[in-house]
Amino acid sequence: MILLLEQLLNGLQYGVMLFLMAAGLTLVFGIMGLINLAHGSLYMIGAYAAAWTQQQTGSFLLGLAAGLAAAGVLGVALEMAILRRLYGRAHLDQVLATFGVILFANEAVAMLFGRQPLMAGLPRWLAGAVEIVPGVPYPLYRLAIIAVGLAVAAGLYGLIAHTRIGMLVRAGATHRALVGALGVRIGLLFTAVFGLGALLAGLAGALTGPLLSVQVGMGERILIATFVVIVIGGLGSVRGALAGSVLVGMVDTLARAYLPGALRGVMAAADADALGAGLSSMAIFILMAAVLLWRPRGLFPTHG
Amino acid sequence: MVETPRQVVVLLASFAVMAGLPAIAAAAGRPDFVTLGSQVCIMAIAAAGLDLLMGRTGLPSFGQAAWFGLGGYTVAILAAHAGDGSLPGWVTGAWFAWPAAILVPAVLALGIGALCLRTTGISFIMITLAFAQMFFFLFVALKAYGGDDGLSMRRRNALPFIGPRDDVGFYYVCLAALVLVLLVLRRVWRSRLGVVLDGIRQNERRMLAIGLNPFPYKLAAFVLAASLGGLAGALHVNLFRFASPDLLHWTQSGELMVMVVLGGLGSLWGAVFGAAALVLLHVFLAQWTEHWMIVLGPILVAVVLLARRGVWGALGGR
Repeated sequence: MILLLEQLLNGLQYGVMLFLMAAGLTLVFGIMGLINLAHGSLYMIGAYAAAWTQQQTGSFLLGLAAGLAAAGVLGVALEMAILRRLYGRAHLDQVLATFGVILFANEAVAMLFGRQPLMAGLPRWLAGAVEIVPGVPYPLYRLAIIAVGLAVAAGLYGLIAHTRIGMLVRAGATHRALVGALGVRIGLLFTAVFGLGALLAGLAGALTGPLLSVQVGMGERILIATFVVIVIGGLGSVRGALAGSVLVGMVDTLARAYLPGALRGVMAAADADALGAGLSSMAIFILMAAVLLWRPRGLFPTHG
Repeated sequence: MVETPRQVVVLLASFAVMAGLPAIAAAAGRPDFVTLGSQVCIMAIAAAGLDLLMGRTGLPSFGQAAWFGLGGYTVAILAAHAGDGSLPGWVTGAWFAWPAAILVPAVLALGIGALCLRTTGISFIMITLAFAQMFFFLFVALKAYGGDDGLSMRRRNALPFIGPRDDVGFYYVCLAALVLVLLVLRRVWRSRLGVVLDGIRQNERRMLAIGLNPFPYKLAAFVLAASLGGLAGALHVNLFRFASPDLLHWTQSGELMVMVVLGGLGSLWGAVFGAAALVLLHVFLAQWTEHWMIVLGPILVAVVLLARRGVWGALGGR
């Protein structure tokens, strides 16, 4: 029971992380119709910038700021240099060009920082554990990630539902051309939305540093899980991204925690662990297939 | 699809070079050219299959590497079981193992394709990638078949007249397979199926209005592409006598897409030239610098942004 509570929190934490990625990706898709594979590279860049700055200065907060800044600045530069030219193009072109960007980014990071993973530590004020219910300690840092993620979700909701920019974002998602025709500087709006997505990816990367090792290729792992989230949630829907993130985070975490144990009941321990590990990494894809059978356009389909 | 005279000349010249490659390699004292040639033929088979789906039907699958890997693992796993005596030795004969390597991906593609084709556009790209990733994780976790470390094959599948160590003979097998695949695909391109696929790419709603249900046609293209991916994977694993999860890595899917686009989307022959260009570029850049991907990435971006018709279109001269 206690283990279950911990695993549910772990699932929520992973889900929140996925949401930070999925929100940016789905907004960019919803408004610009752009599929950006290099979103994972921005996550990696955020993680590297944060971990490296933290190693140099010893400050977690400076690292976090560096991660956000690096992902934001490089994201905007990427949009202005390359992606802007891809908005009207076929999805295939977008996939291939951003695939090229990934290859470049991975290799550039490997040349700058080497292939050895970077390690980022936790500051003392976040390293402890708190008792969520009496007798059950849970790492403070993971709770902090959950809090940050939920705050971002609330902030995004406020931004999109209650501000002028949010109104333009919503309008752009349904009638892109009309918004431009009404005199909105659509290029600026696109760059701003892309920059916001890049910042969120950088935030996710910087926050991940102390939990996982920071290494080349980390971006693609989370990118593919993020795709699953977006397909489940419905392309272009931020609400869908939130629901999909939490669902995928939970299913992945719970499958990893319980599947090997459940299989041990029916087969030898070593086989059960190996098969369980395989099946649990497949769990989210099976979930996606099931959702698509039931609702081909995802849980929260958007129009347009 | 009608080739221009210039394209026919280029095709014949390319075929002559390919047919004479072992002699050229021997004269140049570079036996590695033969392996390179086999690699080009193998990737061209997978890319040509993908072009049917991507170029002709307009369904960009980001999961072609899954079929490549499944075909490869099929022959490697059959060989492993024959090696420890749990299966009879004849399963390692090419007459059995290669059709199996085509059939296993084809059957899986029938189910997975039916699911993927419920989506369109960008979701289709994402869901094919996700399914490929699912198989990738499966093979990483299958410790019985090597897991992360991969699975080596002691000897190639037995072929009549060609010894297991005969690299030149194996090259000609790959070349023959490629030519056969291309001739079959060229017929498919011009068949009723191919024309319907072309119509689906141009305007699916209009095909519905004509009274054609696009779904079975799209599924047929999906399964055909997967079968050819499986054949290519089987040949690849035979060439290097080694299968690993890297075969199914998502970058492999991406590279296959790049080959198709580089050669010229929907042009069939283009896939061969795209495959050759990318395989040779790899080798050339890798000799030059260990960080060859930092060069390949920008080349890709430039190709997508600037060169729309691909190598084959440029050869056409129109």
